[in-house]
Amino acid sequence: MVLLDPLLILALALNFVALGVGRTRAIVNAVALQGIILGILALFVHEHIDLRTIVLVLVTVGLKGFGFPALLAHAMREAQQEHEVKPLIDNMTSLLLGAVGTALAMVFSSTLPLADQHTHLLVVPASLATVWTGLLLLTTRKRAITQVLGYLLLENGIFLFGLLLLEAMPFLVEIGVLLDLFTGVFVMGIIIHHISREFPSISTDHLTKLKD
Amino acid sequence: MVYLLIVFPLVVAAATFAVTSNRWRPFLLPVGGLGHLALVLYAVFGTTAPVHGPEEWLLLDPLGKVILLVQSSLFFLCSLYAPAYLSIRSDRPNRVFCANLLTMQAMMTLVSLSHHLGLMWVGMEATTLVTAPLLYFNHNPRSLEATWKYLLIGSVGIALALLGSFFLAYSGLKAGLESTLHFDQLIDHASELSPPWLHAAFVLLFVGYGTKMGLAPMHTWKPDAYGEAPGIVGTLLAGGLTSCAFLAVLRIYQICQASSVAEAAFAREIMIFMGLFSMAFAAVFMVRQRDFKRMLAYSSVEHMGILVIGIGIGGNAIYGALLHLVNNALTKGVLFLSAGNIHRVYGSKVTDDVRGALQRMPLSAGLFLAGFLAITGSPPFGPFVSEFTIVTATFASGEFVVGGIFLVLLGIVFIGMGATVLQVVQGNAPDHVPKDLNDTFATCAPVLLCMGLVLLLGLYIPPPLELLLREAAAFLEGQR
Repeated sequence: MVLLDPLLILALALNFVALGVGRTRAIVNAVALQGIILGILALFVHEHIDLRTIVLVLVTVGLKGFGFPALLAHAMREAQQEHEVKPLIDNMTSLLLGAVGTALAMVFSSTLPLADQHTHLLVVPASLATVWTGLLLLTTRKRAITQVLGYLLLENGIFLFGLLLLEAMPFLVEIGVLLDLFTGVFVMGIIIHHISREFPSISTDHLTKLKD
Repeated sequence: MVYLLIVFPLVVAAATFAVTSNRWRPFLLPVGGLGHLALVLYAVFGTTAPVHGPEEWLLLDPLGKVILLVQSSLFFLCSLYAPAYLSIRSDRPNRVFCANLLTMQAMMTLVSLSHHLGLMWVGMEATTLVTAPLLYFNHNPRSLEATWKYLLIGSVGIALALLGSFFLAYSGLKAGLESTLHFDQLIDHASELSPPWLHAAFVLLFVGYGTKMGLAPMHTWKPDAYGEAPGIVGTLLAGGLTSCAFLAVLRIYQICQASSVAEAAFAREIMIFMGLFSMAFAAVFMVRQRDFKRMLAYSSVEHMGILVIGIGIGGNAIYGALLHLVNNALTKGVLFLSAGNIHRVYGSKVTDDVRGALQRMPLSAGLFLAGFLAITGSPPFGPFVSEFTIVTATFASGEFVVGGIFLVLLGIVFIGMGATVLQVVQGNAPDHVPKDLNDTFATCAPVLLCMGLVLLLGLYIPPPLELLLREAAAFLEGQR
């Protein structure tokens, strides 16, 4: 329990890294590290650690920390540019928006009617702030790969909230969720690969042909 | 039994994946479609024993029966059409296409059967993922764009639904209950759930699964996806997948309804508002729409709106909405498949190039025209009966403003859609249209069958179906 809050603060800090850095590879690493931290967090939230918890922690760390980055690196191998090309808002502004969002998440969480055992925890504000960061990255970046990273941050935020709900998700369902996430990133990787073959870059600026 | 319904299409999917011949593989689709329909008919009408799995995570209730019946019938009709389509498109490898169609069917079945909201989420997300390669079947830049938007918007929407599901579980935890996502337990303890969390959960789940249904303003993936997808995929999305997403919305609505009068009223208000908004949005984009496949997508947005309005009004409109679900799915089958036939022959789907379809390919164009008349609610077709039921119930419940707007919007849609459809079917066909492609028995018979069912439902609703729909409506209203 002692390590819970420092780990959550580290996870929050990684949100800002993801928003602030320009190189795609650095964002991938930030999101991967956050995934590893989330996996480890599960060990601290659960009161008694059984086999089920250990398997879940291993699967989570394996997928979020190593599986997804590998899939994304594979998808990126043919895409040339490392830097974000002209995001809708620059990194400074997105950092600022991220900070405002995180502050609002803190304030908002303190007004939420939390169960008594959760009132002193940072889990809920960290979860909401991460969801916000993910949505920010999704909507303001143009490279397909960064949008996937935004989606992964969004899922990380939701995963954090899920830590409070041990009994609601049976083991099989939880594995199902992770499997879906894995397949999702896998399919997105394939599509990105096709985008990079079809167009000169993987900017979604190329994907504006369909409209009314 | 309950596992068989899910596993059977998966086994056939594996078999199609194993077949190496591009030419013979598609013929496994009708086998899978027929087998699944037979199993579904037995599970729905043939047995009185409850169909469920261990711990009742999977349970076939009346509402699930309706959805299952609709999507299985539609899949069967599409599977009859598929071999002919894929033989015309023999330039494209179809291994992934065939296997994914059947996997999609299995996942839609999982959603229809799920009584655990986490499991339902898993099924719903899986349908998004298996349909992505289906949309990308044509492998061109346009379909790539459509697939990307579909995948990203769909996944984000579904992610919000997961957060909503967690909020729902938390509403139980906050109330001192053991946190659960088991539907029946949530219903049993609905009145104890913490209201603020339930409220937030409803909003997130409605937005999330509403994105999959394609309600405005979360519908933006729909015109692109339906516009670029092959006709079969469009049909299964517009008739099957959206119905499954609708089921997910109904599940959360049931929990709200069981919790308190205020919560139920809130849910109904949102549904009526979003329904009318979707209809209005669709109407605006259908007027002067030149692309007839995108037009069908907006028609789907409109009809999803009608479904949630029906639930929002309540009473007999619920029966109307469920009947409309059946009618909409079948009519969408007619429209998407016949539009696909026309698109293929003309090599275009904009009204600038496509004219004189009645002259060039009378059967497909005739079916397209009849499908248009049916979907806009003209008698004697099925949608007329269901829309009429909803409108009557709306006025009977005193919602005159809602009823009035509903009728005006139906009128606008009729005029807007009519203009586009008539441009397609009337006049003289341009000379450059290739002469070698034509209507064939195999590409028209399944559509004709579909149209026959739409007509039948307008004239006579078979008593077992009527009974099933009544049961489902009663189930939805909480008479368990």
